[in-house]
Amino acid sequence: MTQAPQYQQFVGRPGSVSGESLTQEMLRKQGRSGAQCVVDGLISNGCSVLFGYPGGTVIDIFDKLYDSPLKFVLPRHEQGGIHMADGYARATGKVGCALVTSGPGATNAVTGLATAMMDGVPLVVISGQVAMNLIGTDAFQEADTTGITRGVTKHNFLVRSVDDLPRIIAEAFFIASTGKPGPVLIDIPKNIQQQYTLRPDVSMQDVAIRAYQPTLLPPPEQVARLAEAINKSHRPVLYVGGGAIVSNSCSLLRSLAETYDIPVCTTLMGLGAFPETSPLSMWMVGMHGSVAANQAIQQADLVISAGARFDDRVTGRTSEFACSAQIAHIDVDASAIGKNVGTDIAVCADLRQTLEALLPLVRKVDRSAWLKQIAVWREQKPAVYLPRKDGKMLPQAVIEAIDRASAGKATIVTDVGQNQMWAAQFYRYTRPRSFLSSGGLGTMGFGVPAAVGAQLGTPDALVVSINGDGGFQMNIQELVVAVEHKLPVKFVVLNNSHLGMVRQWQDLFYGGRHCATVLTPNNRPTNERITCDEAEPVYLPDFVKVAEAYGIRSKRVKTIEEAEAVFNEAFNDPHPWLIECIVAEDENVLPMVPPGAALSEMILPPRA
Amino acid sequence: MQRHILNVLVENSPGVLARIVGHISGRGYNIETLNVGPTTDPSISKMTIGIPGEPEVITQVVAQLAKQINVFSVVDVTAKSHIDREALLVKVGTRATGRAPVIEVAMLFGAKVLGVHPDSLTIQMVGSQMQVEQFLTLLHPFDVMDISRSGSIAMAQE
Repeated sequence: MTQAPQYQQFVGRPGSVSGESLTQEMLRKQGRSGAQCVVDGLISNGCSVLFGYPGGTVIDIFDKLYDSPLKFVLPRHEQGGIHMADGYARATGKVGCALVTSGPGATNAVTGLATAMMDGVPLVVISGQVAMNLIGTDAFQEADTTGITRGVTKHNFLVRSVDDLPRIIAEAFFIASTGKPGPVLIDIPKNIQQQYTLRPDVSMQDVAIRAYQPTLLPPPEQVARLAEAINKSHRPVLYVGGGAIVSNSCSLLRSLAETYDIPVCTTLMGLGAFPETSPLSMWMVGMHGSVAANQAIQQADLVISAGARFDDRVTGRTSEFACSAQIAHIDVDASAIGKNVGTDIAVCADLRQTLEALLPLVRKVDRSAWLKQIAVWREQKPAVYLPRKDGKMLPQAVIEAIDRASAGKATIVTDVGQNQMWAAQFYRYTRPRSFLSSGGLGTMGFGVPAAVGAQLGTPDALVVSINGDGGFQMNIQELVVAVEHKLPVKFVVLNNSHLGMVRQWQDLFYGGRHCATVLTPNNRPTNERITCDEAEPVYLPDFVKVAEAYGIRSKRVKTIEEAEAVFNEAFNDPHPWLIECIVAEDENVLPMVPPGAALSEMILPPRA
Repeated sequence: MQRHILNVLVENSPGVLARIVGHISGRGYNIETLNVGPTTDPSISKMTIGIPGEPEVITQVVAQLAKQINVFSVVDVTAKSHIDREALLVKVGTRATGRAPVIEVAMLFGAKVLGVHPDSLTIQMVGSQMQVEQFLTLLHPFDVMDISRSGSIAMAQE
C-alpha cells in the first residue's frame, strides 16, 4: 500500500506529529537515531555479516540496514539465524551477530542462545522490544526477553536510554568475546531506536566494566606446582577441551605434548585441537570415546585438563574417574574448577598465558613405558565396526568415505545424535575449528544452519554438514539460504529412518521398546501406527525431492561405492549438494560408557 | 546443612537483583533470606544472602555469582569472624493475657515496644538469627498475630 502524500512527512520520523522543541530538532540534525547507533555499533565492533529476521519492533533498525555496508543474511526461522551466527563464530573465531524482533522473534532465538552459552560461543544478539511505555502491558508481540534469556546468555541488557546504546553495544562485544566467551543479548525498545543521541560510537577497546575483569593471569605458584607435578609424573594425560581452541593455545599444547611425551585426549568440543593423526593422540574421551583415552584416564597418575570442564558425558561416574591420578585443571572460568570433579592443582587463568608460563618449567622425563602402553591401547582404534552380511550400508563407513573424499581437510558440522558421534569417531581431525557441533546443549537442528554460517565465514573451506534424518528436518528450511547465497555446503543425511540415538538407548536400556523413535510406517508401537501402501519403500519425506524443490543437486545412495563416487563428485563441485545415505537402521554408537558407569566399564563392539 | 551468609557487592542497576536470585534458584539452590541495600558508594549495592548448603555447594554458588558481569565480589562471611543481625517486627494480641507478661518477655531480649493498641502490642527486636528464633519461641504461648523478619545482614570483622 502506498502512503497517502499528506502522511509521507511522518514516515520514519516518529515523534514529529506534534510541535516539538528546538533541541529535538537540533538532535535530529546533529545526532543519530538509536537504530543508526545499532548499525554503526555493529560495524565499528567488527561485524561484517548480520543474520536477522524482521518484525514490527525492529523495522527502524532494518531501515538503517537498507543502505549499510553490512552483508545481511535472512534465515527462514530465528532459531536458524542464531545457529548461523553461531556456526560463523565457531568457524572464524569472530563474534557472530544476529537481529530478531520482539516476542516470538526473541523466544525463537532462545534455543540458539542456549546452544552458544553451553559451548562458549561469542554472539551478540539484538532483539527489538515494544516501546518503553508499553512494556508490562501485554502489548502485541511483547515478551520479557531479558527475563527469559537471563539463564541462557552470558549477560543481557535492556536499553533504557538511547544515550546508553553506543556504550552497551561495545560492552556486549567485549563481554561476548572475552573470558569464557558466550552470547550477549541487547533488548532495545522501539522508541529507543527512534530517539536521537549525540553520543559517538564506542569501540570494544575503550570498554571498561567495573565489576568484570576477564583477563586472568596465571598465578606463578600454581603454575610452578603444575610443572612440578608434570615433572614427577610417569603416566600423564592431557585432557583437552574447546577452551584450547577458543584461546588459540593449540600449538602450545602441541609443543607441550610432543616435547615432553604427554599423550593427549580431547573432548568432543576439543576435536581438532590436537592432530588426531599423531601417535600421541588418543582421540576422544568419554561416553563414546576411544578405549585408549578412557583407559589412559583411568590409569594415569596425572590428568591435566586444559580448557575442558569435566562434563558428565566425559567423566562417567565421577567417584571412579581417574582414581589414581592427581587432577590439574586449567580454566578461565573459576566456577568450572571443582564443579564436578575434585581438583588437586587449580590454575584459574587464560590457557595460552598459562602454557607460556608453564613450558619453560617443564623437564624431559622418560615415559617410554607409558607410551608403549598407550600404543597397545591405540591398536583398538578410536572406534571399530563390524561388516554387515545383509548388504546394508554402514553409517560409520560413510563417515570414513567422507574423510577420504575430503582428504581429511573438510570443516565438519554435525547435527546431534548418532550422526554426531560417528562423525567424531570416524573422521580424523587435524586442525582447530574443523569440527563444529552442539556439544553441551545437544541441539538437534544445529547441523544445517550452523554449516551455512560456517561457509559464510570461511568461503574457501569445504564445509560438510552431517545430519541424521531426524535433526535434518528441524531446520530444513535453511537450505534455501545456501542456495540463495551460492554457498557450496555439502549436506549429508545419514538416513536410518529412526531417531537413532534414543533408539539405541531404548535397545540397550529399555528392552527395545521403540516409542516415538520409528520414522517409517513399519514397526511402530500400536498407538503410533499409521496406514500406508505396501508397494515401494517410501521415504518420508523424500529428501531428494526436497533438495529438488530448493534447487540443490542431490543423490540418494545405498552402497558405500555409490557414496564414495558421489562424495568425490560433490566435494569438487562449486554448488551445494544434498547426499542422502540410506544406512542400516540398527547400528549402535560403540564403544559406549553406559550413563552413570565408570569410564572403565565400556560396552565394546562384538568381535568379528 | 550449615546456613551460610554471603555478602555480595553488585552494581546498583535495574535487573541485577532478578539476575542474582534467578541464577541461584535456576541452579537448584534455595535462598533462605535475602536483603539488599545501598553502600557508601551509591552505584554499588550490598546483598546479604542466607543460604543453607554443604560446603562444596556453597563454593559453587560463590563461584557462579562471582562470574556474573554485575558482581564485584562475593564473600562467604560464615567462614570468617563476623557479626550478623536480623530485625523482627512482631504483633502480639494481648486480650487474653494482658500486656504485662508479653512486655516481660520483650524486656528479656532487649526488644522495644513500638506500638500499643487496646488489644495488641507491636514489638521490635534485633538480634542474631538464633536470638530471633529464641524470642519467637518464647512468644509462642501468646497470641502472635503477625511477624515481619528482615533476613540477616552481616559484616566480616577482620
